[in-house]
Amino acid sequence: MLIKKPTGLNYSEITPKSVYFNRRNFLRGLGIAGAATVVGERFASILWPSATVLAGTKLTTVKSAYTVDEKISSYNDVTHYNNFYEFGTDKADPAKNAQKFHTSPWTVSVEGDVKTPRKFSLDEILKLAPLEERIYRHRCVERWSIVVPWIGYSLSTILNLVEPLPKAKYVAFQSYYDPREMPDSRGTGLDYPYVEGLRLDEAMHPLALLCVGMYGETLPNQDGAPVRMVIPWKYGYKSIKSIVKIKLQSSEPPTTWNRQSSYEYGFYSNVNPNVDHPRWSQATERRLGEIFMHKTLMFNGYADQVASLYAGMDLKKFH
Amino acid sequence: MRAIVRKFLVGRWAKVFVFALALIPVVRIAWRAYRGDLTANPVEFLQHQTGDWTLRFLIFTLCITPFRKLLDLPELIRFRRMLGLFAFFYVSLHFLTYLGPDQSFNFAGMLKDVVKRPFITVGFAAFVLLIPLALTSTAGWIRRLGGKRWQALHRSIYVCACLGVIHYYWLVKSDIRKPLFYGALVGILLVWRVVNWLIKRKAPAVAHTTPLRAS
Repeated sequence: MLIKKPTGLNYSEITPKSVYFNRRNFLRGLGIAGAATVVGERFASILWPSATVLAGTKLTTVKSAYTVDEKISSYNDVTHYNNFYEFGTDKADPAKNAQKFHTSPWTVSVEGDVKTPRKFSLDEILKLAPLEERIYRHRCVERWSIVVPWIGYSLSTILNLVEPLPKAKYVAFQSYYDPREMPDSRGTGLDYPYVEGLRLDEAMHPLALLCVGMYGETLPNQDGAPVRMVIPWKYGYKSIKSIVKIKLQSSEPPTTWNRQSSYEYGFYSNVNPNVDHPRWSQATERRLGEIFMHKTLMFNGYADQVASLYAGMDLKKFH
Repeated sequence: MRAIVRKFLVGRWAKVFVFALALIPVVRIAWRAYRGDLTANPVEFLQHQTGDWTLRFLIFTLCITPFRKLLDLPELIRFRRMLGLFAFFYVSLHFLTYLGPDQSFNFAGMLKDVVKRPFITVGFAAFVLLIPLALTSTAGWIRRLGGKRWQALHRSIYVCACLGVIHYYWLVKSDIRKPLFYGALVGILLVWRVVNWLIKRKAPAVAHTTPLRAS
């Protein structure tokens, strides 16, 4: 085989983050004028491309009960291999193309069938509740998976604040979209803005995370800055990125991948090893950093917590 | 200029040169593997690279006949077999990246997957169809089969190229630009053959075929 097995070390382990930061500070120090800093950053980005995404701000977190005890994926993999079609369809595209994406100022409008619709600034979102670090499994519909230390709190926190009306049955999410900032979104075969949705009881489940950071810092642009959803028992595309609108409503909202191909991507999209994607098996998955496949777990291993949400439902029909 | 090109094409180094060029992709992959630089998902990277290069070499092979006629460079035939065999080389690597990491070298499991998944079915069919072409690519086999029959057999590369494009098209989720690009190239190369054949049929007097040479 041509594959050179990694030595078991992650990139993040080889070069501790503090070194990244010190190097950046060191380079900053070099820049006498602002322009010099820019030159330095550019120079640095050529020498240490993986370090350019570490623009995050450190976040203070509390421990969370909702965490799995598994080997965390390397920071470099999670930030350089992902889908964010607004920035291109290659897995390496988001890391390259999302760097100039402006995520400040940012507001999220929570509206619809609620008693007190409200716009939240990112600052407000960061202070609504203590930020928890939650290590979740994350399973893509394309059969690769990662384990990520996300930062955030349950979406229910913000939903309870605006007080859903009895007629609210679903939550619709919408991503930011501006073709001028996302020129690579053209020709990717999806309609934008990206939209997603959950049933209200799913959205209120404590595992449904409103996420503002990962690996101890605010989210990198390519991973859905500044605020995204993480729904660990569903395929990755349900975890919508760069959210600008959350709307409660009585009808099931349209979702982007379902609109693109409804028989392949259902509204629920629960991770389910027994219901295959029409084109490939979902029984197995590959952890980034590994060679061979291993078994996919029902609801991505969160069956104990979430299976009751779907009691009596035909999960093949409502895939 | 033209004389120089033709002289090079028939010269002894031309084949070595093309051979070395055709090895570049696999050398590049090996180098990246050695450096541990195969992206976050090395298996997928190898699968996509070897798949891409299979399609490219199928297209290069299909380019030979039209280019010989359009550029009036019959000498290009010398490279057709080599390019075809490189397509087979890359598809074999492609197959191994599927049989190994995806199927853990379990043939029974693989065959189940082949039957069940249309996109695997067409890819596997293209691979299997290429095996007899690779085996009968020698001068000895051309003699044994006879030019006509040999040529008929080797026309199945048209089917392989089409299946390869379908395989790719069925793999992607929503961004169909690359499979369409390969599809368009294969389409042009096949349409050229149909048109050429129609013209030849209409005007048999001017029709001529360059004799097939096993080089």
